[in-house]
Amino acid sequence: MIHLTPWDLIIASGMIVLLAITSILLQLNIARQLVIAACRNVIQLLLIGYILKLIFNTNNLYLLATIATIMLLVAGYEINARQKYPLKRWVGFKIGTSALFLSSFAMALLTLTVIVAPTPWYSPQYAIPLLGMLLGNTMNGISLGMDKLNQSLYQQKQIIEQRLMLGHRYQDAIKDIRIESVRTGMIPIVNSMAIAGLVSLPGMMTGQILSGTPPVEAVKYQILIFFLIASGTGFGIMSAVWMISKRMFDERQRLNLAILKIK
Amino acid sequence: MPDFRVNDLNISSTLATMPCSFSFSVPAQSGLGISGASGIGKSILLKALADMLPHQGELFLDDIESQRILAPQWRKKVGLLPAESQWWGDQVGDHFHNYNDTLFGQLGFDKKVMAWQISHLSSGEKQRLACIRLLMNQPEVLLLDEPTANLDHSNREKVEQVIIDYQKQQQSPIIMISHDQEQLETMCQQLLLLQNGHYEIKTLNKGVIE
Repeated sequence: MIHLTPWDLIIASGMIVLLAITSILLQLNIARQLVIAACRNVIQLLLIGYILKLIFNTNNLYLLATIATIMLLVAGYEINARQKYPLKRWVGFKIGTSALFLSSFAMALLTLTVIVAPTPWYSPQYAIPLLGMLLGNTMNGISLGMDKLNQSLYQQKQIIEQRLMLGHRYQDAIKDIRIESVRTGMIPIVNSMAIAGLVSLPGMMTGQILSGTPPVEAVKYQILIFFLIASGTGFGIMSAVWMISKRMFDERQRLNLAILKIK
Repeated sequence: MPDFRVNDLNISSTLATMPCSFSFSVPAQSGLGISGASGIGKSILLKALADMLPHQGELFLDDIESQRILAPQWRKKVGLLPAESQWWGDQVGDHFHNYNDTLFGQLGFDKKVMAWQISHLSSGEKQRLACIRLLMNQPEVLLLDEPTANLDHSNREKVEQVIIDYQKQQQSPIIMISHDQEQLETMCQQLLLLQNGHYEIKTLNKGVIE
């Protein structure tokens, strides 16, 4: 494998600087954001690089569990950020975290203990990248699904109430909305699966190939990851939609939007 | 005989200007009109009777208290026609399980209406269709929020007649909001006058609906 020298990265960063300067000259207003994002990127990744180096040498289950928990909690928080009609902070955090736990953690455990099964099963070299990839991708899907659900419940309040008035059960009154939310959340992963190999070479596969893994081995891993992400996202969205819609109706099946944080 | 009874109903948590306690009863095959200034909470009261709002106190239909049966069951029995009907599907037919010649015919529709686009309906058409949709649900009590507000004279009479026919056939109690004094007098025996913080019930002179 060809190792990258600091000079290689400096040349690449030259491109970023060039883009920043061009955008200033053209008054496109992206220079500041771009430079901040690039700097954060370097710091965060260098840090995690050294942390990973440290962990890989220890094989300690408790250390791994701590890191996994931190990853889960950050993802559970971020899942509610950038939503149009977010849930109230604590409710949203609880629902987001449980949905991610059910999807990503369950899938990662299954992979580590049954499918890939490294020794020991919690070998950080496998566990952390796997969990990271699952959390990152399922988070995207679940977050999109929740956004669609909350937005539809808010905007279609009157229609839902009309159906309740006609004696529909709350599950039936929001059936269309639930279907739409699951569909929305699944779009990114279904798209990626559909174009993989034809349009794009997925990042993980590219990485493995660059580091010298035979392409067919890399492909097998990529297929595994796709299947895990797709099923994790699906189950995650379903559980999030189920938890949210249960909390949006009271014991007499009245729509109650109180758990939404309306700006 | 379905009698509708309200005992010590309190919905002031939804609207502070509401009286703290409503108690009244509407016997089978009779009508109670609700009138009062705009914004005083007439529609909120009606919604509460369909158990669509958190409330204290009791609602009885035929001596069955609302909390004793499932909410969807209660709302099927105590059917509410909101002032502005809502439609979730693209076509009229998406909102009906089956077609009823008499009802649709009486209100001036034929079977082709099932394929009409909701987005092309006028407010009057929506109001008549909403009325049919409610009645086809076979409610035992009718809660009507200005059922003829968007209708011209001839359609108003048709809708009134359909409701009166239904009431005769099912012996339903009716509770209705209307700004039409004449309509209230033809269809109701009692009138609930809602005011800021209190209400009174008057008996209307007309005895039995012919």
